[in-house]
Amino acid sequence: MNTGFELKDYRREGRLFNRRALAAGVGVVLALAGIFGRLVYLQVMKHDHFTTLAQDNRVKLIPLPPTRGLIYDRDGRLLAYNRPAFNLEVVPEKAGNLEETLNRLATLVELRPADLERFQRLRRQHRRFESIPVKLDISDEEAALFAVNQHQFPGVSIRARLTRTYPQGAVLSHVLGYVGRISLEDLKRIDPSNYAGTTYIGKTGVERAYEETLHGQVGFQQVEVNALGKTVRVLKETPPRPGRSLRLHLDSRLQRVALEAFGDYNGAAVALDPRNGGVLALVSKPGYDPNPFVEGINSKAYKALRSDPDKPLFNRALKGTYPPGSTIKPFMGLAGLELGIITPRTRRYCPGFFQLPGHDHKYRDWKKGGHGMTDLDKAITESCDVFFYQLAHETGIDRLQGYLEQFRFGERTGIDLLGEQRGIRPSREWKRRRYNQVWFPGETVIIGIGQGSFQATPLQLAAATAAIANGGHYFEPRLVAELVDESTGARTPVPAADHPIPIRNEADWQEIRKAMIHVVEGAHGTARRIRSDRYRIAGKTGTAQVFSVAQDAEYNEEEVARHMRDHALFIAYAPVEEPKIAVAVIVENGGHGGATAAPIARKIMDAWLLDEPAERSEAPSVPTGESR
Amino acid sequence: MSTNPASPSGLPPSEPARPRGLLARLHLDLPLLTGLLLLCGFGLVVLYSASGQEMAQVERQLMRLGIAFGVLFALAQIHPHTLRRWSPWLYLAGVAMLALVLAMGVVGKGAQRWLDLGFMRFQPSELVKLATPMMIAWYLSARSLPPTWKQLAVSLALILLPVLLIARQPDLGTAILVAASGLFVLFLAGMSWRLIAGLGVAAAAAAPVLWHFMRDYQRKRVLTFMNPESDPLGAGYHIIQSKIAIGSGGIYGKGWLNGTQSQLEFLPERHTDFIFAVLGEEFGLVGAGILLLLYLFVILRGLQIAAQAQDSYSRLLAGALVLVFFVYLFVNTGMVSGLLPVVGVPLPLVSYGGTSLVTLLAGFGMLMSIHTHRKLLPK
Repeated sequence: MNTGFELKDYRREGRLFNRRALAAGVGVVLALAGIFGRLVYLQVMKHDHFTTLAQDNRVKLIPLPPTRGLIYDRDGRLLAYNRPAFNLEVVPEKAGNLEETLNRLATLVELRPADLERFQRLRRQHRRFESIPVKLDISDEEAALFAVNQHQFPGVSIRARLTRTYPQGAVLSHVLGYVGRISLEDLKRIDPSNYAGTTYIGKTGVERAYEETLHGQVGFQQVEVNALGKTVRVLKETPPRPGRSLRLHLDSRLQRVALEAFGDYNGAAVALDPRNGGVLALVSKPGYDPNPFVEGINSKAYKALRSDPDKPLFNRALKGTYPPGSTIKPFMGLAGLELGIITPRTRRYCPGFFQLPGHDHKYRDWKKGGHGMTDLDKAITESCDVFFYQLAHETGIDRLQGYLEQFRFGERTGIDLLGEQRGIRPSREWKRRRYNQVWFPGETVIIGIGQGSFQATPLQLAAATAAIANGGHYFEPRLVAELVDESTGARTPVPAADHPIPIRNEADWQEIRKAMIHVVEGAHGTARRIRSDRYRIAGKTGTAQVFSVAQDAEYNEEEVARHMRDHALFIAYAPVEEPKIAVAVIVENGGHGGATAAPIARKIMDAWLLDEPAERSEAPSVPTGESR
Repeated sequence: MSTNPASPSGLPPSEPARPRGLLARLHLDLPLLTGLLLLCGFGLVVLYSASGQEMAQVERQLMRLGIAFGVLFALAQIHPHTLRRWSPWLYLAGVAMLALVLAMGVVGKGAQRWLDLGFMRFQPSELVKLATPMMIAWYLSARSLPPTWKQLAVSLALILLPVLLIARQPDLGTAILVAASGLFVLFLAGMSWRLIAGLGVAAAAAAPVLWHFMRDYQRKRVLTFMNPESDPLGAGYHIIQSKIAIGSGGIYGKGWLNGTQSQLEFLPERHTDFIFAVLGEEFGLVGAGILLLLYLFVILRGLQIAAQAQDSYSRLLAGALVLVFFVYLFVNTGMVSGLLPVVGVPLPLVSYGGTSLVTLLAGFGMLMSIHTHRKLLPK
């Protein structure tokens, strides 16, 4: 362009520069307009979007779990409560290398194999970002030692927890059940948002049946957090609504007496208040200690419980179905009277066996020589089988089962627990459904004495007995008497549904009650040995065959191994004038009802009706205003 | 090298007479100084909020501003001719120190950007930011403009030498700024548009090659820039949080000290490179617009000063310095608002930190010198 070293053209250079400077200026203005446009896009057009994101950044919802309601017995004794404890816990998602963390933790606090085993088990079924205990109930020294070193353990912290505790242990295991950590299975049946922050959920028993009441309503804290997740301030707080407490009808003292009355035997006993269906005691022996289940029982201990031949985890009172045996006789007799098959004066001859017309088969009476001429009263008092064989045959299975349905045999009692068994109330319909077979008349005969395919739970027997005692009110049994709001003290009674049984003739009922009194008070009464001088008892013994005795064979108790022995049954209520307690007792392999089951029932009734102050003062009680 | 017998007669008669008054005697330009002081003042207000309301940080920044304005004042007293004479020596010294820093970095097995002078740490790259445009302006102004191909090639080599040394540190942000400063001189010197377009194409073609030489973290930055959501907790976090801060500010902002993104520390590097996001959050579009207008005023005044300069060297140097200032602004605001990749370039005069502040105000000192030493033509 320019040649050589002539003078520079300053004007031209100046104009060139000015053009370039102008271009640059325009470029600058355009670029800054671009930046401004970008700001308009972000701050005006997308403002709402980014406002939401900023809000999400800073505001976090922290669930505030409610405190679980307590469980009291009728006198205010604490049966389940929340004990504060300090646990060493880990959030696996935050801990990084978990194994290495645990190894380092073990140098600070003692970690037993059982602790690690529990931790690994809980970890397998834990919810994301849930804190899992490594060691429960750490000591002050361990807590202090860990606190100093906490910065080396991300995701590990000491947490104050309320641990569910059952002070009565095995005595109430089958009533209260227990809580445990929320499993993935549990999550399916709950509203997860209400359980955000909750550790435990009722697994069995009252804890499970009243889960919703006991749990309460979760609260939330809306907090502002910084980028590190640290809470800067609380914006809004919805406090949790604590779960309501439960006051049971049950008397834990009576429960203990009932349990101890069994001695070495296993079995079940249910005591109800015939006036309202309240469960005064519900025993299934053996029981188990529910406390280890709370934080997750270790597999070895659990296996031991599962494989125990005495089945401690099995709730016999609720789920055990036994042939009711002779305890069904008062109900059979009532059916005969009310259906007009017999009258109190109807007499039958008992030769020691019964035969269906045109059949050879002999239905034997338990008394070899027979009872001779027998009316209903005698048949119940002495437990004559032949009378009831004939009665059942005359009534016929259809009318018989129809009447027994009113006492809810073969139906659920409706108790406020889960997992109750129906038992079996045999009928043509039932047999067709179950075996697809027709009904044989011979089956009706043995139904008359509560054998054959007849199956009832101790709870069903107790509830039916209570209905006889109170004159036809079949109350659904209730464990919980009232719900207690601990903050306000407000009490909400839990009513028991009444299923009244139609009464054709009051005298019929009176007749049955009289006969049951004679069982205890009569000279030949099968339970005469439990007669009390201080109050009057009405009852009925029973024996449930564990295996059938061959025709014409003799049955010798001494020679039969204990677990092959018959189950002993007894139903009773007292005092007869104004019944306050109805009891059903089943002693597994206890032999004859009058010998083993009736004395247990007597001890229960004594404890309830005679109020022994020495025993009552055993457990500290909180007055609740309720008195018997 | 003063081959320039530039006479007053070369000036247009409409040219205003040499400014009078105290400021003029002190070789200061009132409009430019006002703009700079307003910017710095606004910056301090934002910084107080961005630093988590820590007065100590604001005080430290105020001290740095004092030093930087001292440098500005000092440089304003130095005649442009003197600056011109110094140019090649400053350039040589800067490049030599860059090489030294690099060598020390190799020995010390780590990235190093500064020389320890005992009483302070000195970053040679900052010196080079000024020395490179000075050198190119010196080289081109001695010759007739527009530059020939050969002069362009020499200039490019002179630019590339410090740029590569800085890129090796590695400091991508500074390398870009130094390259820009040199290239702006070429642009202002009248390098043909066709050549500029050609260089642009060449740069695009060189991108894959450049990619090959990039460090992993630099590549990651570019990738994250393309798609910030791909790494929301890592490299993308900066951009995401900064966009949230600006966007949630809206038109009027959340109010001073009320920005949740900045006050609750969701915004990283909020008082340094990302301070513009704090401003956008707390003062909204209005506040950011006012800041941009202040910058625009300073830049346009700078360009005016360049246009009024009396010799090529002054014109080229003044223009290049102003445009580098603009590049700072554009790269930073573009980065913070998610238009450009995250490169470590501070918001000029507002971001917390001393080194760039001194360099920038030193540049403005030279501008003032160029503007206030007109007409009085010594020698």
